[in-house]
Amino acid sequence: MTSVSLPSSGRLGLARGAVELRQFFRSKAAVGFSLAFPALLLVLLGSIFKDSGQHPAASVAQVFSASMIAYGIVSTAFISIGTGIATDREDGTLKRLRGTPMTALAYFIGKLVVVVVTTLAEVALLLAVGVLAFDMELPDDAGRWLTFAWVLALSVVASTALGVAASALVRNSRSAGVVLNVPVVALQFLSGIFVHPISSLPGWMVTVASFFPVKWMAQGFRSVFLPETLAAQELAGGWEHGRIALVLGAWCVIGLALCLTTFRWTTEDR
Amino acid sequence: MTSTPPPPAIRLRGLRKAYGGREAVAGLDLTVASGEVFALLGPNGAGKTTTVEILEGYRRRDGGDVAVLGEDPGTAGRGWRARLGIVAQSAHDLGDLTVTEAVRHFATCYPNPRPVGQVVELVGLTGKAKARVRTLSGGQRRRLDVAIGIVGRPELLFLDEPTTGFDPEARRQFWDLIRLLNAEGTTILLTTHYLDEAEVLADRLAVIAGGRIVAEGTPATVGGRETQLATVAWTDATGRRTEQTADPAALITALTAAGPVADLSVTRPSLEQTYLTLIGADR
Repeated sequence: MTSVSLPSSGRLGLARGAVELRQFFRSKAAVGFSLAFPALLLVLLGSIFKDSGQHPAASVAQVFSASMIAYGIVSTAFISIGTGIATDREDGTLKRLRGTPMTALAYFIGKLVVVVVTTLAEVALLLAVGVLAFDMELPDDAGRWLTFAWVLALSVVASTALGVAASALVRNSRSAGVVLNVPVVALQFLSGIFVHPISSLPGWMVTVASFFPVKWMAQGFRSVFLPETLAAQELAGGWEHGRIALVLGAWCVIGLALCLTTFRWTTEDR
Repeated sequence: MTSTPPPPAIRLRGLRKAYGGREAVAGLDLTVASGEVFALLGPNGAGKTTTVEILEGYRRRDGGDVAVLGEDPGTAGRGWRARLGIVAQSAHDLGDLTVTEAVRHFATCYPNPRPVGQVVELVGLTGKAKARVRTLSGGQRRRLDVAIGIVGRPELLFLDEPTTGFDPEARRQFWDLIRLLNAEGTTILLTTHYLDEAEVLADRLAVIAGGRIVAEGTPATVGGRETQLATVAWTDATGRRTEQTADPAALITALTAAGPVADLSVTRPSLEQTYLTLIGADR
């Protein structure tokens, strides 16, 4: 019996991922809030401001379609991880897992599987709304898709890691919605997700937003899905890919460090 | 059964744990032999759950020596956890999975799990195997907790108030399951508020109050039960009478010799009475 070895973290992580995905898609509230809400917001905002743009190359609705991908990722990565871990801590999931040979790594792999699957679904949904409702055109050159890939990857890693860290601030799952959503929604406004052009925001707002990842995520996605001429409407007059990579990369490092130092299996874990 | 007794499953010496200056566990000694069913009794706040959670590796201790299956729970790793089964209190997770999915998931954590269908059957949930966990009653949910606790074939099973919410029939079935697991060699540490449960299941038990063991023994001897006076009650011409005696047989012989007696009964203090005396005496 002792010769039988324990299952690896990789295998357990995939098992966690399968179970977590099943639980996510069976929970109507989770699907509705995480996945559908950003798309609904895009439909509404896009429809309201459809014809208000001054730029001939792209409508405001198309700008929102690109920017809103940042909000979608914040929703499926940061918010759902933050509330998910708080819920797991509260409902006994983490305590139960802690009593088995489950590893913390396997638990996080499971969470990451959910984030990756739901984020891809979210991005696909938002792009579908942008293309079908607001005539956004998907890029046909590989360079833009490469930009898309690295902006997406950095956005997901930073948002997920910060979500894990934020879960430590959430005392219980009931308050999670407020604790996580209030700063997120505020940051969306500051970062110009719901406003176009971003230069119409007060200067202090943009200054504050520039310290956080959301502004750079949205700017990155605009650079992928909007015509090159719209770069002039960014604050710096260009897409600033180098700075986007730098800021998002820094947040990935900060997020991972916070997540390693703040994660606790249970509230009683002293 | 063997010539040299196996090392104890649990060995605690001088366990201490304080929360904000208040000692929840104040120098507790306890030994649970391998293969034993041991019940830990005590009022809420006596230090039961703290003690058990230190043994399970959930909480850190402030002092004392602890060995569970030969290892220190504060530092033991995954291999050690694979040898334990834990049924903790009040989990309300897994709601969106079915019973079978939940048990199967936890089976994947262990090197040599029991077959999932067999475990579901053992806890009497076969009829609910495909039901979502959130639709289960409180007692059924508790049985799922037990199923998850035993799916890894634990050598040592912790049951923290396992039968809360069970109807009498489910409790009987649960007792049979505990006897079956114990017959297979599983050591079981049980905390419960049901003294009949402790009396029926436990080989030995301890009463904990104020963070200390105040009595320890078998269900028949704990707190000096076997030496306590019996109460003899009967009805005679003057009405209902009771008398306490160390030798009820002699009293009854004397009574029947003196004349007709009706409604004769002899009672020893129940485990519950002994228990209440034990925890009351400590305050």
